[in-house]
Amino acid sequence: MLTIHNLQVAVQNDKQQIKHILRGVNLTIQPGEVHAIMGPNGSGKSTLANVLAGKKDYQVIEGSVSLDGQNLLLLEPEERAAQGVFLAFQYPTEIAGVNNMYFLRTALNSLRKRNHLPLLDAADFLSLIKSKLKEVGLNETLLHRAVNEGFSGGEKKRNEILQMLMLEPNFIILDETDSGLDIDALQMVGQCVNSLRNKRRSFLIVTHYQRLLDYIQPDVVHVMAQGKIIKSGDKSLAIELETKGYGWLDEKSL
Amino acid sequence: MANKLIQEAVEKHYPYGFVTSIESDELSPGLNEDIIRLISTKKQEPSFMLEWRLQAFRIWQTMTPPTWAHIHHPPIDFQNIIYYSAPKRAQDHPKNLDEVDPKLLETYRKLGIPLHEQSLLAGVAVDAVFDSVSVVTTFKAKLAEVGVIFCPFSEAVCKYPALIEQYLGTVVPYRDNFYATLNSAVFSDGSFVYVPKGVRCPMELSTYFRINAAKSGQFERTLIIADEGSDVSYLEGCTAPMRDENQLHAAVVELVALDHAQIKYSTVQNWYPGDEQGRGGIYNFVTKRGACRGAYSKISWTQIETGSAITWKYPSVILQGEHAIGEFYSVALTNHYQQADTGTKMIHIGKNTRSTIISKGISAGHGQNTYRGLVRMLPSAAHARNYTQCDSLLLHSQCGAHTFPSIEIKNSSARVEHEASTSKIGEDQLFYCRQRGLGTEDAISMIVNGFCKQIFSELPMEFAVEAQKLLEVSLEGGVG
Repeated sequence: MLTIHNLQVAVQNDKQQIKHILRGVNLTIQPGEVHAIMGPNGSGKSTLANVLAGKKDYQVIEGSVSLDGQNLLLLEPEERAAQGVFLAFQYPTEIAGVNNMYFLRTALNSLRKRNHLPLLDAADFLSLIKSKLKEVGLNETLLHRAVNEGFSGGEKKRNEILQMLMLEPNFIILDETDSGLDIDALQMVGQCVNSLRNKRRSFLIVTHYQRLLDYIQPDVVHVMAQGKIIKSGDKSLAIELETKGYGWLDEKSL
Repeated sequence: MANKLIQEAVEKHYPYGFVTSIESDELSPGLNEDIIRLISTKKQEPSFMLEWRLQAFRIWQTMTPPTWAHIHHPPIDFQNIIYYSAPKRAQDHPKNLDEVDPKLLETYRKLGIPLHEQSLLAGVAVDAVFDSVSVVTTFKAKLAEVGVIFCPFSEAVCKYPALIEQYLGTVVPYRDNFYATLNSAVFSDGSFVYVPKGVRCPMELSTYFRINAAKSGQFERTLIIADEGSDVSYLEGCTAPMRDENQLHAAVVELVALDHAQIKYSTVQNWYPGDEQGRGGIYNFVTKRGACRGAYSKISWTQIETGSAITWKYPSVILQGEHAIGEFYSVALTNHYQQADTGTKMIHIGKNTRSTIISKGISAGHGQNTYRGLVRMLPSAAHARNYTQCDSLLLHSQCGAHTFPSIEIKNSSARVEHEASTSKIGEDQLFYCRQRGLGTEDAISMIVNGFCKQIFSELPMEFAVEAQKLLEVSLEGGVG
């Protein structure tokens, strides 16, 4: 279970000015649940995703985050990963000269090592990844290229989903994975997420549009504005937002 | 926070800093004609060699140290350097390994270079140079079967004077530059290789240089001649004890490739780099140059430079023969207060000559890394081509990367391409790796290795893994 209590986060810009981004976020996600977070640009959705994964640029001013009883904010990013936190990045970074498959195998074995599990050898890994490649619709040649280097936008996102399938994390954050994807890719993301859904695993899906939610049925939909969750509801809230926009919520929240 | 982690990850540990206590035959510090005569006498050289040395010395006395490089150091007192130091028992040129001082064998064992042939890497012949002399050369007999000469330079001077007289100084003349001229006057030992016509050298040749004595300088000289249609791959490695004072290493390497000959010269340079405050370390002021004399000849330099307080070297190729190929692949890492000013010169003379330059500079701590390169297309170099790529990676905010490329084109059909990039090790890349479960050290090492991959793939197989490990040791703390 993930519990976020009164989370307040700031970031320092180039001019050393402190800017508050999250202004008291409260959120509880039970095991097995899928939560979607929607909201206008600059509302703090991606910041929340990055803070949960442990990105250093942010200063936590107040509040707490716990995952299965562990204080997440005290853990390094790789320790959070070992606890099962996975972030599918909005803009996956390129790493020149590092073989994509080698990267993924090193990552998987690092996690297995931290969790005292036996390491996968190259042969086992290869047969595993080949089956997953089909699911995400990626060509095998991409395994032998450098991580994300020269990948198209869609290939980068599919590569993130491939990593998600391989690492089998239990708290998954998708940060605008749907942006820039065509309908086929969107459907693939939906299928992959659905295939991973089970009683223990939970999801936090950050998105601008409700179309991804056509493929993934969320248990709860939240609306974030100006660093706070201002409204929560079921799937119908997403549909309402699609037709009305965010304007009608502002008056109430301000 | 992330910066602190990078800091910890690049803390350097130098595992080769020990001193071998061994009885040495040393000359007193200082340099004059008598010292040069003494060196020449000790080596029982023919008279042409002594004359050559003395001519160099007379010219050197009129020269001043170069100041154009992007490096800073107090003036060197050339009268306070010992120009000759040799382990006593090695002087009578041991005939085989049983005659080599066990302490020396132990030293090389500790350095990971076992000299017993049966325990060596299969297919690698080693010449071990300790301070001013070569202590042992392995696999000489096996190489002799195919006519390849691989021996200490001083031995070649006595045994093959005709070859030496014909080629010595023809690529790097004794008046070339301050440090090459000094080397010409006082050089002590090094390796000599001759590969006869049409012979592919059956094994990798390798020289391992070790500075041991305090206050001494090492001035080795290497000459490699690849006769028509021959092929040779050569690797050098270097280490030195940790000392607070700086020590000078001023070597000269000359390569000659005749028609259709190929020479691949790889360096893994790991001289003592000095401590975290920048005290001590080797001044590595080296002149390396190859001449592609023959048509379709090829010379390829690959260097992994992780050591030395200061590195000043520009392995170059003179492309005389038509269709000759010159290559330069380099990784230079500077950490703490290390300085590196390195690069290459590609001088295109012949028609249809081609050259490739790929340089990767990595700076950490207060390290300063400079790429300096010259691509010159002479009027005769019709249809010559060059491709240059210089990439710099910065790990900290206090380090620096500098690029000084020079391009001179005197033939309108020549084509030159230059690409350069500088990037700071991405916080984003680091976070990406860590989010997927990699620890900081593993992540940095993976990113840096990826950055250098193009160069590592140029190293002979046996050493590519070594180089990767060396880079990891140079970047990580507490290994060894």
